Amino acid sequence: MIELLSYGAFFLTVALTYAIICLGLNVQWGQTGLFNVGVAGFVGIGAYASALLTTPDDPVRFGGFGLPIIVGWLGAMASAGLLSLLVGLLTIRLRADYLAIATFGVAVVVQLCALNLEPLTGGPFGIGFIPRPFGWLAEDRMTFSLLNLSIVVVTTLGVYLALERLLRSPWGRVLRAIREDEQAALALGKNAFAFRLQAFVIGGAIMGLAGAVQAHFIGFIAPENYVPMLTFQVWAMLIVGGSGNNRGAVLGAVLVWAVWAASAALISAVVPPEAQARAAALQIVMIGVAICVMLLVRPRGILGEVRTVSRHVNEVSGKK
Amino acid sequence: MTGTATPLNGALLAARGVVMQFGGMRAVDGMSLNLGRGEILGLIGPNGAGKTTMFNLIAGSLRPTAGQIFAAGEDVTREAPDRRIARGIGRTFQIPRPFAEMTVLENVLSGAQSQAGENILANFISPGKVAREERAAVDKARGLLDFLTLSHLAGEPARVLSGGQRKLLELARVLMADPKIILLDEPAAGVNPALLEFIIARIRDLNARGTTILLIEHNMDMVTRLCGRIIVMAQGRLLREGKPDDVARDPAVIEAYLGVAA
Repeated sequence: MIELLSYGAFFLTVALTYAIICLGLNVQWGQTGLFNVGVAGFVGIGAYASALLTTPDDPVRFGGFGLPIIVGWLGAMASAGLLSLLVGLLTIRLRADYLAIATFGVAVVVQLCALNLEPLTGGPFGIGFIPRPFGWLAEDRMTFSLLNLSIVVVTTLGVYLALERLLRSPWGRVLRAIREDEQAALALGKNAFAFRLQAFVIGGAIMGLAGAVQAHFIGFIAPENYVPMLTFQVWAMLIVGGSGNNRGAVLGAVLVWAVWAASAALISAVVPPEAQARAAALQIVMIGVAICVMLLVRPRGILGEVRTVSRHVNEVSGKK
Repeated sequence: MTGTATPLNGALLAARGVVMQFGGMRAVDGMSLNLGRGEILGLIGPNGAGKTTMFNLIAGSLRPTAGQIFAAGEDVTREAPDRRIARGIGRTFQIPRPFAEMTVLENVLSGAQSQAGENILANFISPGKVAREERAAVDKARGLLDFLTLSHLAGEPARVLSGGQRKLLELARVLMADPKIILLDEPAAGVNPALLEFIIARIRDLNARGTTILLIEHNMDMVTRLCGRIIVMAQGRLLREGKPDDVARDPAVIEAYLGVAA
């Protein structure tokens, strides 16, 4: 029973870190139509930034600075936001398909830098000893995992509520208008460039935060965590849950991660040990199939977009 | 070319010697016009005469190869399209461009100007102000939907609207911004006769309330009834300017529309 509860807490913690990434992607793609295919890069920057800021000093590489975890998380948001700003300034004018290629390139660059800038990132060995929240309680596994879960829940909830407020405001409405028809939005006085850039930076900063949260929960990061597969998973989560809907983003993340974890367990139980590495590829196939099926059967996702942005539409006359 | 050297004369909107070159073609070739406060000016001409290009130049969607655009006497030639509405210049598109996946009401709300809630921080620092403005905007948008008989569709996604309803939605959306001048690009194209009468009546209402209108339209009946003055364009240039009846009888205008009589 304790084991099951403990596993449930562990599962939810990981799933919710994906939910945060997914919320970030929802700002960019779901609301604004920015085709970011380099999610892993922004998550990775956040993870490395926080790791550098919070790990104890390491003689063989730059840092760490041993700062409090909260500083690491803020630093993660700032650095991923800054990367988004730089990338955005250069590429946000691009059409959706070109933006996709550009962001994919950014993610590859980030991953290669993590792999090769050994004095900064520890290279292929990654960075260990990333402080875990409530690390001093690690002996008591149950309390420890529940406390960790509660931190991730609070963070997810905070991001969710802040985004709900923003996306259901005139700001959110402008993002959608730009997504639907940029020319018409311009004619209505909306500075499309500025709004798209804001959405890109906010989405990127949230992905960075998620990367940091993940890193501190696991305690160890390495370049192979931030490969295109991560981007692919997050896209599947958003499509399944419902692009344009924050609750959909969270739901999709939990569902897809559940299927992912269950299939991993199934493979290790059913497939003989020597074939397991190859069988793991089936998980990736499954994600691809899930995206295709969803797009064909229910392209809006499980929850779909809430069409009415304004919170004040119904209260004025009562008629929808 | 008449009118090239005319002074601004306090015109609300003016174009001076505007040229728009696309590759080897001059879509607009030295056009000038004045739009006076409170008038309904018709811009007509055969297909390909450069009317919509002229509109796009005035609305800032295109930057002219040469010439200048003035709004209330100020040179706005190089100003971005999203700055035009702040100068009181609103436009509709020849082929309506609704925000398809947003509701009809949200489409109209998108026309609201300088809402505090468009600023990220304001949503957290002064939510009360954002909410107050938003409530006022919703009221106003509902009023506009009433004015244009779209109220029953307020909650529907704009993609379900018919062609005529889309024209009305375009109008409602731009009216939300309280423009002093509206550029209407063929508001009656593909619209049934009953709706045409309705649109004419609404344009009259708006004009009576002080809105200045520049109207591109092929429907001569509509132009004659609404416009005090007409400008005829052909091959990117000003062909004639005058009262609707005189212009319609002008041989040069008839020739431009129908070709040279054999």
